[in-house]
Amino acid sequence: MANFFTSRLFFISLACVAVAATLPLYVSGYILGLLTVAFYFGVFAMAWDLLFGFAGEVNFGPTFLIGTGAYTAGILNNQYGWSVYVCILLGALASVVAGFVLALPALRVRGPYFGLTTLVAVLMLQNFVVVFADLTGGEIGLTIPDVITINAGANYWIALGFMTISAAILYGLSQSPVGLVLQASGQDPVQAGALGFNIVKHKLAAFIVSAFFSGLSGALLVFYFGTASVGTVVDVAVGVNVIVSAVLGGRRTVLGAALGAIFLIVAGEFLRPTGELATFIVSAVALLVVLFFPGGFLGAALSREARS
Amino acid sequence: MLALQILIDGFAISALYALGATGFTLIFGVSGVLNLSHGAIMVAAAVAAWAAASVLHLDIYTGALFGVGVALIVSFATYFAVVKPIQNSSRIPNEEKEIFVLTGTLLWGIMIQELIAYFFTNNAKTVLPIVEGVVDIFGNRTPRNNIFTALVCCLVIGLLWLLVNRTRTGKAVLAASMNPRGVTLLGLELTQIYIVVWGIYGILAGIAGVLLGMFLGVSSYSVGPLTASAFSIVVLGGLGSVSGSLIAAFVVGYLETITAYMISPAYRTIPALLLLVFVMYIRPQGLLGRR
Repeated sequence: MANFFTSRLFFISLACVAVAATLPLYVSGYILGLLTVAFYFGVFAMAWDLLFGFAGEVNFGPTFLIGTGAYTAGILNNQYGWSVYVCILLGALASVVAGFVLALPALRVRGPYFGLTTLVAVLMLQNFVVVFADLTGGEIGLTIPDVITINAGANYWIALGFMTISAAILYGLSQSPVGLVLQASGQDPVQAGALGFNIVKHKLAAFIVSAFFSGLSGALLVFYFGTASVGTVVDVAVGVNVIVSAVLGGRRTVLGAALGAIFLIVAGEFLRPTGELATFIVSAVALLVVLFFPGGFLGAALSREARS
Repeated sequence: MLALQILIDGFAISALYALGATGFTLIFGVSGVLNLSHGAIMVAAAVAAWAAASVLHLDIYTGALFGVGVALIVSFATYFAVVKPIQNSSRIPNEEKEIFVLTGTLLWGIMIQELIAYFFTNNAKTVLPIVEGVVDIFGNRTPRNNIFTALVCCLVIGLLWLLVNRTRTGKAVLAASMNPRGVTLLGLELTQIYIVVWGIYGILAGIAGVLLGMFLGVSSYSVGPLTASAFSIVVLGGLGSVSGSLIAAFVVGYLETITAYMISPAYRTIPALLLLVFVMYIRPQGLLGRR
């Protein structure tokens, strides 16, 4: 941990954040808006990486956690008009409860079986949103009366600050003894248990931390968009993007996941002129990375540094 | 009267689900691969059959064959371009190959889906049915196509059973699903068995896709739900168990039909999902799973 503060990675990340913080002074609102979404997405991907990369749980339903947080915050604001910050906090707490629910099967079933359970959780949430359309706005989406601020620069700084703090906490956690125990219990639960570590407790903690950050980010995103809809925070396709981001950036690196998410969103926007082919190109690039650089962007960079 | 109608309607859709899930479970049983591009392959078959009839102006039978052929090609492409490189990669640790195959096939499926959307738009396409008209079964007007679909599905599944249990190639496939190392020790090339399995899978997914195109119609949006339904049927029945998948397909098919008739078509998929969660809790390996 101590040598992290003197490592090259630390200075590079610090420099990136410092440069990113000055962006609102000279780039257009359009680019700021794009990056704001990308930063929230980065938190989704980092939270997912904590579960998959460290706890070894193949979670196909990151949007179950994201969507629960986002919709709880949105509905409370829409129905009761509570203050934005209370709604965001309650959204994150609801997501923690969702994370707890998701963790229960994870302690019983493994691999593809757990993956399917999480996928089903997303489909159930999606059905819930559609069936209780009076409450949730259904397929059209939920309108949210309040926003945090309408200033593009302020929104950008909030997103950047939020991502930096989340990254620091999640990365710190992953490098701490807790992260090592998690990694051990993900790779060989029996042996980790035999060494005297309480696997259930550690995995539960991983789910709760991952859920907290997913839900918080989802709630913030909803108040940035001013609307919550299945297509933006619940759909399986959104979850696929989160997973692809984490794998692209480099699993088990936490910071790489954020990098992958920013790349994915920005690349998708740059390819917009190609119309319908944009998703095809992004998927093809992602597939090539998976096939030829399985460590992802950051994984490849880190292993090169380790060699030299 | 309603009961009979549910019985007839549910049978066709269940048989179709069964056919779609059989190939999926066969691949998992033999090579441990969960192919998340499954839905994309089925849709590719249906769209190819549709395009053969309406763009190339071929007759219905040639069109259907063309669709199955396209599924076969895409299936082999999936194996050689995505699955095999990951399985043979030395840079991916063995315990993580599973998630890489999942991610790889998922991305591959999205690529196929986007290509279909680009060249043939997102609109729903219905393949012209081979048999037309309706028949009267005890007062229920049933489209002949329903009966045809159910018959073809049962016939193909029967043929598959014969192939696996009665031919030399089939027995090799069966052996590989039980113990891959034992098969290699007996001097059989595992890669060749994989190629055979992906071939069988392509044909099954192709037939299922073309029939689905005639029965309900498909669009590039069907890719995700088709993969998800095959995945859940296969897990419900027990991964790798063909007979388990068949039972699960009928359970899910009838559950959906009953919900659609008795409650509301909007809630169609919910009871099946609840059942799945329930089975995962009390019997995590599925109905007839081995693990």
